[in-house]
Amino acid sequence: MDETGRTCSCGCKPLSEAENHARLAQVIQEYQHKPGALIPVLQIAQALFGYLPKDVLRTISEGLNEPYSRVFGVVTFYSFFSQVPRGKYVIRVCMGTACYVRGGQAVLAALEQELKISVGQTTPDRVFSLDVGRCFGACGLAPAVMINDDVLQFVQPGQIKDILAQYRKPTA
Amino acid sequence: MKKTPKVLTSAADLDARRASINPETKDKIFMCAGGGCIASGAMAVKTALLAELKKHKLDKAVYIVETGCMGPCSGGPILLMGRDNVYYQHVAVADAAEIVEKHLLKGEIVERLTWKEGPNQKSVPVQGDIPFFKRQTKIVLRNCGIVDPNSLNDTISRNGYQALSKMLTSMTPDAVIEEVKKSGLRGRGGAGFPTHIKWAAARQSPGAVKYVLCNADEGDPGAFMDRSVLEGDPHSVIEGMLIGGFAIGSSQGYVYVRAEYPLAVERLQRAIEMAREAGLLGQNILGSGYAFDLEIRKGSGAFVCGEETALMASIEGRRGEPRPRPPFPAQKGLWMKPTVLNNVETFANIPFIILNGGDSFASYGTAKSKGTKVFALAGAVNISGLVEVPVGTPLNDVVFDIAGGIKDGKSFKAAQIGGPSGGCIPAEYLKVPLDYESLNELGAIMGSGGLIVIDEDACMVDVARFFVDFVQEESCGKCVPCREGTRRMLEILTRICKGQGEMADLERLSTLGTEIKATSLCGLGQTAANPVLSTLRHFMDEYKAHILDKKCPAGKCTSLVTYDIDPEACVGCTACARRCPVACIAGVAKGIHVIDQKVCTRCGTCYTVCKFKAVRRNGKTK
Repeated sequence: MDETGRTCSCGCKPLSEAENHARLAQVIQEYQHKPGALIPVLQIAQALFGYLPKDVLRTISEGLNEPYSRVFGVVTFYSFFSQVPRGKYVIRVCMGTACYVRGGQAVLAALEQELKISVGQTTPDRVFSLDVGRCFGACGLAPAVMINDDVLQFVQPGQIKDILAQYRKPTA
Repeated sequence: MKKTPKVLTSAADLDARRASINPETKDKIFMCAGGGCIASGAMAVKTALLAELKKHKLDKAVYIVETGCMGPCSGGPILLMGRDNVYYQHVAVADAAEIVEKHLLKGEIVERLTWKEGPNQKSVPVQGDIPFFKRQTKIVLRNCGIVDPNSLNDTISRNGYQALSKMLTSMTPDAVIEEVKKSGLRGRGGAGFPTHIKWAAARQSPGAVKYVLCNADEGDPGAFMDRSVLEGDPHSVIEGMLIGGFAIGSSQGYVYVRAEYPLAVERLQRAIEMAREAGLLGQNILGSGYAFDLEIRKGSGAFVCGEETALMASIEGRRGEPRPRPPFPAQKGLWMKPTVLNNVETFANIPFIILNGGDSFASYGTAKSKGTKVFALAGAVNISGLVEVPVGTPLNDVVFDIAGGIKDGKSFKAAQIGGPSGGCIPAEYLKVPLDYESLNELGAIMGSGGLIVIDEDACMVDVARFFVDFVQEESCGKCVPCREGTRRMLEILTRICKGQGEMADLERLSTLGTEIKATSLCGLGQTAANPVLSTLRHFMDEYKAHILDKKCPAGKCTSLVTYDIDPEACVGCTACARRCPVACIAGVAKGIHVIDQKVCTRCGTCYTVCKFKAVRRNGKTK
């Protein structure tokens, strides 16, 4: 783990800090003159760095000529933006009505127990982060859990161990 | 197939393209590739089918079409055989061989995968005979589950962009608005505001730059029709926006999609690119001189951005906080320019209205609410998924005739309609027609059309608490009534659920709720109290049971539940004692077990594991 707390569990070589910053500079260049660029740029930056550290926010603020206070205001308003490092896999347990009625709470409890973290936290190895979601529109399949972009359906607390094991496997 | 130009430069080009497409479905297998069915493993089924087709040298003769949502999500993965419209559900990878060998080669139906209906589980193989499908009227979902969302030609073969072509060759913007007026279409996002009034106002607003926005920030928990339309038929939404742009004089549109819908974003993005390549978006569309283009903006996880002024603030790159109206978006909207904002379902209706005429649309529905409405059915119903019915269809028909009634033979307690802005409709109003006015009278709203069916196992006070917890968390904090008021309501409801409530709390909830409704800045706050007020109105007994008897009739509020063991029924199997996480059940094998009430955490594990119906919750067995 380097000093920023970033590691990669899949074994591939992560982009270096410098490479990420170079890419961010390109993105800023590309979006600079588009109206309403701040949120798309933040979304791309978060995908690059995994989260939005202060130096990245500063670069964006200067690059887009937006006051830092405004950048900070936007980042803290939206729940998808994170200023702390996130896991490689972000697990979102749906707490929408249908999932709530059909046992989403028990699934969340099982995840918290298995990962030994609570909602909003990330495992020390930075593989998993745990969040709750507000309906993925998969209500017909409740309770649903989303791991990055995958939607898992009819999840039962008993399956949690197996599900996590699949994601822990190093990707070929 | 005749070659037609890649870029369509006139209405005639579009006609030629449509004529060149062979609509033959005989050799197709339609596979639902909606978000739900993909989560159920549809793509693995496709791979298995392809392998089987190849094995039998049918891979050139039979084509698998990946479609959008077919409706009954709980039955996924789903296949519809193009040859004879036989419908298969719960298809597993292992079924692929049988489907190819039996259905395709021998022409026999694979009975065990067909739809089963009624108490006798009678097999109903053909889609058109299945009550779930037969009783629906599809306008919004006309192409969902039929076309491949990734194929422009598929859409064109189903009259896609035909309304655009008709409009560009024969209609003025005023005529378009007049047609929408005739249709009686009202916004499908929640408030039900007449669409033509918005459009006419934006058209009349002075200014060279105007915007068309599509609200795809479908945040109400329990609603997933917009997601399904974007995933299954994105071109209808694009066409609807093209028509809206022409009507108000705009050349730029934005679709604001929530971040939770990655597949919808992907399919819409592809559809936009395909439309652009074919000359259906961009400059000089179909040679008419009309220019319009689209861009997607992704949300970042804020429910309040479904509110129109908050959504515009978010596109502008700011915190998604609503602002007071007037000025209305039609006068000063995105970047202070005249703007029309409609939701996905509203736009998906537009091509039908323009192509078939407003009267044709208005022939469905009631006197004040026209057309159809898509409902997202979930919760305690046998078939959960999407259904589209004429506005005004009784709730009873949707829950029982279409969705097959309540799961596990339990009884219907309430239908929660309209998400956190809506309310709960109790069993005595099952006959209520699903239209804007009738639902309002009962304290619910049509909203976006999320319909969650609640059975006897749910506690209505807990349901109210759940929604207030939701809006409290999602309140943007800008105005006091919503920020502070919802928090106070949540505290009161939590207290009641814990058995610490008093009768004066009910008065407080009702006063507070009415105040929040009257004084909040935006739709979120103005409707935040609805779930509380409607449960107070229809389920007062349950509130009183929590407060006066300190009992939760549904056994959901753990603080108000007691478990004990019926000594007559206990056989001493020790299952409960072994599973109890706090080891509070005493008893030896073959002896009667007893729960220590002082230690019991009321987790309910013993109740769940007992096979002899000996463990009682609030004195009642399972």
